[in-house]
This record gives sequence, C-alpha cells and structure tokens, in this order.
Amino acid sequence: MIEVKDVYFTYPTGVEALKGVSLNIRNGEFVAIMGQNGAGKTTLVKQFNGLLKPTKGEVLADGVSTRNVSVAQLARKVGFVFQNPDHQLFSETVEEEISFALRNFGFRETTLKRRVTWALNLLGLTEYRKTSPFMLSGGERKRVALASVLAWNPKVVILDEPTIGQDHRQKEILRQFIVQLNAQGKTVVIVTHDVEFVAECSPRVVLMAQGQIVADGDAKRILTDPDITLRASIVSPQITQMFRGLADLGLPTDVIDVSEAKKIILEYLEASSVERL
Amino acid sequence: MSVFEGFRFRQVSSPIHRLDPRVKFLYVLVIFIAAVIFYELLPLLVLFFLQIPFVLVAGVQRQWLRSLRGAMFLTTFLFAFNLFFGYISPGTILGGMSPLEYAFAMSLRFLVLVESFSIFFLTTSPDHLSLALEQSHVPYEFTFAFTTAVRFVPVLAEEAQTIMDAQKARGLELERGNFLKRVRNYIPILIPLIVSAIRRSLELAEAMESRGWGASKKRTNLYVLKMKEGDVMLIAISIIFLVTAIYVRYFFPLPPLTTIFPK
Amino acid sequence: MAIIETKNLTYTYPGGTKPSIRDVSLTIEKGEFVILTGPSGCGKTTLCRCFNGLIPHFYSGQLKGELTVAGLKVIEHPIYEMAQRIGLVFQNPENQLFALSVEKDVAFGLENLGLPRDEMTKRVDWALQMTGIEELRQRAPHELSGGQQQRVAIACVLAMQPDIMVFDEPTSFLDPLGAQKIFEVINELNKKLGVTVILVEHRLDLASKYTDHVIILDDGKIVLNGKPKEIFNSQTARLIGVGIPKATRLWQMLQENGIKLEGVPTSSDEAARLLREVLKA
Repeated sequence: MIEVKDVYFTYPTGVEALKGVSLNIRNGEFVAIMGQNGAGKTTLVKQFNGLLKPTKGEVLADGVSTRNVSVAQLARKVGFVFQNPDHQLFSETVEEEISFALRNFGFRETTLKRRVTWALNLLGLTEYRKTSPFMLSGGERKRVALASVLAWNPKVVILDEPTIGQDHRQKEILRQFIVQLNAQGKTVVIVTHDVEFVAECSPRVVLMAQGQIVADGDAKRILTDPDITLRASIVSPQITQMFRGLADLGLPTDVIDVSEAKKIILEYLEASSVERL
Repeated sequence: MSVFEGFRFRQVSSPIHRLDPRVKFLYVLVIFIAAVIFYELLPLLVLFFLQIPFVLVAGVQRQWLRSLRGAMFLTTFLFAFNLFFGYISPGTILGGMSPLEYAFAMSLRFLVLVESFSIFFLTTSPDHLSLALEQSHVPYEFTFAFTTAVRFVPVLAEEAQTIMDAQKARGLELERGNFLKRVRNYIPILIPLIVSAIRRSLELAEAMESRGWGASKKRTNLYVLKMKEGDVMLIAISIIFLVTAIYVRYFFPLPPLTTIFPK
Repeated sequence: MAIIETKNLTYTYPGGTKPSIRDVSLTIEKGEFVILTGPSGCGKTTLCRCFNGLIPHFYSGQLKGELTVAGLKVIEHPIYEMAQRIGLVFQNPENQLFALSVEKDVAFGLENLGLPRDEMTKRVDWALQMTGIEELRQRAPHELSGGQQQRVAIACVLAMQPDIMVFDEPTSFLDPLGAQKIFEVINELNKKLGVTVILVEHRLDLASKYTDHVIILDDGKIVLNGKPKEIFNSQTARLIGVGIPKATRLWQMLQENGIKLEGVPTSSDEAARLLREVLKA
C-alpha cells in the first residue's frame, strides 16, 4: 500500500531529517511509528501523502509515485489526521466541516449527505451536527477532525500523535476505536511516543532514531529489547521495567501487557507452590 | 521573499552592529533630510556613494545588494513616471534640468532612502531596537508589542504552513481555479490562523499577568544601552554632515549635470 | 503550616451554565508536592487559575467561597501581587516566552517588579542554573526544543522566587524522556529549595513517585484527597477513568486473585521489589 524506497529528506533549512529510510506497509496493517521527538517520524509520514517529497529515493502510495501527483489527489487515498485539530477547523457547523473534504473530492450531494451522517454517527457527534466546531471541547474537536477524514473513506488513515492532551479514558476509547477501524480492513498508521498506549494495542512497531529506522517488527519484541530502546532513547513500558528487575528469578523479560503479567505471576506462584508440595 | 532579506537582521559582529541604535537612527534621519532637500542629481549621487563605506564596514554587502535589487521594480516605475511627466510639462521641473536628469534624480532619491533604511535594519537586532525604544521613553506597551510581534513572526509563518498542509491533505487545491476561486480558497487557511492567533494571545496574556505585569510603574531593564566613542563620533559626523548639506542647499547653487557635461 | 486553603470554592465562567468547580475545600501544607488530576474537563485548570488570581481578576465570572494563598486572600489582591508568592507554568511552552532571548525572558518578571539591575542579574543566573539551561542563555526561544522551552518557562517563574509553583500539564507536548527531565527539575525545586509544588498531570506513571499528596477532581468536585497509595488503589479512581500507574493496576489485579503484597507500588522498581518477596517465599 505504501512503499518507501531508500528515502532521504532534507528540509530547506538544511536539516537532514531522513537518512535512507525503506519501509513497506501492506494493506490492512496496523503500524505505530515510534521514536523520540525529532527522530523523523512526522517527516516520514508526511511523505506518504505527498506533503513532503523525498530529496532522494521514492515513495509509492497505492502504486503511484508521490512526486508526480498533487497532495490533494494523494489525500483521496491517504487520509492524514493532524495533531492539532484547530489547524483545520474553520466552518460554521460541524456538518460543514465534515463536508469540506467531500466537496473538494467531488462527491455528489446525495452521497455527501450520507457520508456526513455516517461519520457523525461513527464518532458520536450526531448531536453536534449544527453546532459550531469552535464551541466544542478539545476532545470533541479532535473527534470532528477524525470524522472529517474518515468521511471520505481513505484506504490509509494516518494519525499524528493522537494521544496528546487526552486523559486516560479518552485514550482508552481512542484505542478501541483504532483497533476496530483496523479490524474493518483499514490500514492504520499512528505516529506516537506514547509507549504505554502502544503496549496496549500491540501493533507492528517501526522505531526511528535520528532519521533512520532502527527496528521494525513486533511491538513486544522491540519495546522489551534494552539495546534497541536505549538506541532510540525511548522508555520501556512500566511492566517491562518491572520484569527486568525480576529477571534473575527466571521470569520472562518480554512482557508489555498488564493482564499477561498477572497471568505469568500467578502461574509462577502455582508452579513454585506445586514444587514445594 | 528575497527583497525582505535585504532588511532582516544578521548576527554579525562589526563596528556598525555595535553602534547604539538611536545613533544609527539619527544617521538615517540625517540622510533622509539631506535626500529630501536636494533634487539635483549631483548631491544625490554623493549621498548614494557616501553610504557604501558603511555597508562595507558592516560586512553586509550581499544582503544590501539584495535590498537594492528588490527596490529596482519601484525605482524603474518612478523613473518612467517622472520621465513621462517631465516631458509632458517641462516647465514644472525645478532647477531647469532636462527631464532625463530629473527622472534619474528622483529615482536615485528613492534608492538613497531604501539604502539607508536597509543598513539600519541589517545592522540592528530587534532586541537592540526594542531596548533603544524603551530607553527613548517610548511607553513599554508599544515596545513590548513590537518585540512580541517580531518574536512570533517565524512561529506564525510555520503555523500558516502547517494549516496549509492540513487543508491540502483534505483535498484543497491552492494552485487551481480562477482568481476569485483562489482567493476563496484561502479562507480555510485564514480562519484557523486567526483563531489560533487569538487563542495564542490569550495564553500570552495569562502568562504575562502571572509574571507580574503591571506590578510597578517604574519598570527596570536587564540591559542598558551606553553610548561609546564610536556613537559620539557618528553623532558628530551626522550633525556636521546635516549642517553642511543645509548650507550647500541654500547658499551654494548647484549646477545641473547637463551644464557640467554639455551635450 | 497551610500555605493554600480553600473553603467551598465555586466558580462559574462568564456565560457558563454550570460551575466549573463546586464546593472545593482543600488544604495544602508548605513544602508539599501535590499532584492534581482527574478526567478532562474536571476543573483542574480552573482551580489552578484560582490559586494565582487569574480567576477572578483576569477572567471575571462568579467566584464564591474562600481562598487563601500564602497568607493572602486572593480575591482582595491583584494578580501582580500574587505573582510574587505563587507562580504558574502553563501547558504550551511556546506561548509563555515573549522575548527574543532566554535571558531577557527570565528577567521579564523581575523587570515588571522594578528590581535593580544587579539583583536581576543575580536571580537570572541562579534561575538558569537551577533549571540546568545556562548554555541556552543567549538563544532565541523559537530555536529551542519543546523540553528546553518548558525549562525556560520554569526558570522565568522561578526567578521571581515564589513560595508556591503550579504546573498545569507541563509535559503535554513532550515525549516521555523530555517529560521525565521536567519532573526531575520540578522535584529538585521541591526537595532542594522547599518550593511547594502543585502539579496537574495525566501521566501518573511517570510523576507519581515524587508526590506525597494526590487530589482527584471529577466534574468540578473533589472526589479523592490523600496519600497516593490509598488513592490509586481505590475503585473510585478506576471508575472515573484516572490513568493509575500500571504497577498499581497489577497490584490490584493480584489482590483480586488473592495475592497480597507488602505495600502498594506506583513505580516499576517498587513493584519488582514487592513481588520479589512474594515470589521467593
């Protein structure tokens, strides 16, 4: 779906943000691009919808090179939800806001109306249809931004730091929503530095540091590897750190999930009590 | 944007950069007055070339040339304009010069002004400038507004870019369409930008209040501008120059170039 | 000795239909490190703004109840007077820095107070040193990273030498490592200088190890107020959706299965230590 072929990218200011990145994201995958602030995560995903074009190398979105096509055309297939919803909200009503992109993409009025209703429903915003987006709370505005992207049904949805500023419950709802979205067949890419959030979803993790990919694969494997996390300057989940402190007791060190941790500890205790018997 | 490069401050250390901004402003003012009181080509040429040593000492030649290049468009327009009206009604030309010489003189006057302002802004940091404003007893509110505006220009520019990206990613095509449509296409850019600016200023106001804004009528300053020998020298030079210029203008009739170099 | 005391504090924003905080009564002792948390919209930000006087002096609206901060009744004193006793660091570092150099920004508050130059220079040097950003002295705020900017913002407030510092979600825009650094700086201010700290945070897994007093708000009211260990393991905390540390969550789960640990862990080290004893037994 998205092919990144040995891409280099330097900003006009001279900063080299991507140094030889290669990546393949298949249809229907759920990928988390992780790393410290400044590692190149956002620079990378902005290549996917053509907002940035590679200085060297090539990016293919659904088989089409991003160099030859405008952002608006790529956006039809690659939806991008920006970190700050206030960077896109401008309409008088939530309905208008969601219709904006649909009109840009040339949807017919009847289809458009259906899509808007569907998107409102999906994000629980139906009661705000005629409300001004500026009157809504921060979390609600984030949902409007998300709804306005999902409305045009792109094949790929990219979410840039979706957990920033969200409280625990909002993150939980978001997590379930993303997992559901992916289960329905959408390719989902999230850019995040929230390790605990990723530990709960367990997607494919692409870990970046200083403009390069340092690890690509299973979330469990990567987040629990002390060398990789050190190299990328990220903090392992609390559960992982705890198990690392108990490694000498023979407990596994590749645990990231609380429920799994509970299971392992209970089994260990049972096994050791069996021994004593 | 290249014409603006001719006015943006560059962090270089030169004797000109170190001069007190108030003194530099006096210099600019003197040049301004001199350029305005003369309309003959000869003194304006002198004024123009007189500033070049300053540019060289300050080490800002490249940027200064760019400011001149940027001013070329208006200069050519001024030249053509004055030439045209000079030929239509030659009797209105002061000093009895040919229309050609007059047109040259007027465009040169414009260039001299651009030149002097360019040197000022190229060699004065916004920090220094605001400090000068404060010490010149400009009410602090204005100085603060000025510094904060300069501080946030790059931030707003970046934000505008982000907003454009966000809307492009929703299918907005900024390059297409007739003139009217293109103007309308900027609404999704302007509104978030303005809303964001308003929100930002609210947060700034909160931060200002929380750090004691208005606590004392007599606001002090971490830095102070002190006049040094270089500054005093420039003041002296500027005043002498101004006096000379006025003397020449009113007591020393200057011939138009065409009489010095008859056809 | 109580440094902040509120009694039945209730506030409604102008044009608001219901109060953002209702009947808030709490006491904070000098030198405490308090964490204030709760779901979005619970009123924590509103409460912070009451502490330093932004409410009611900047925001008008209706404020009822009593509020005494550092011995002053906030309603009777203008914000600039409160600013010398209580400082407020906001969420977005970018919008707290107005000058063209770090040095000038840190001096801003002191200039407002009309302090003499040598006193200002001393305080600026000290504040930069305490927050570990001396090498950034001449830099422009726009060139700095989010974490650096936030440290500058802290230095700006610290320079005014307040007795209390309130931090409203200071690490929202930072990655976990950046957040950790900020918490360490805040902790230093509390433990070394004795500054009373009120930290509004969602990231309890990173911040809870520094605190001895947690207050949880929900829908404008205080629902829990006490020691972190008691609070984090309560059912209420879970129900209202507060993100308790994973270590504590594990402890809860083990409790439910009959496994008892010798204490309630909030950090991974603590959890490892407590588990070790149970596993070895």
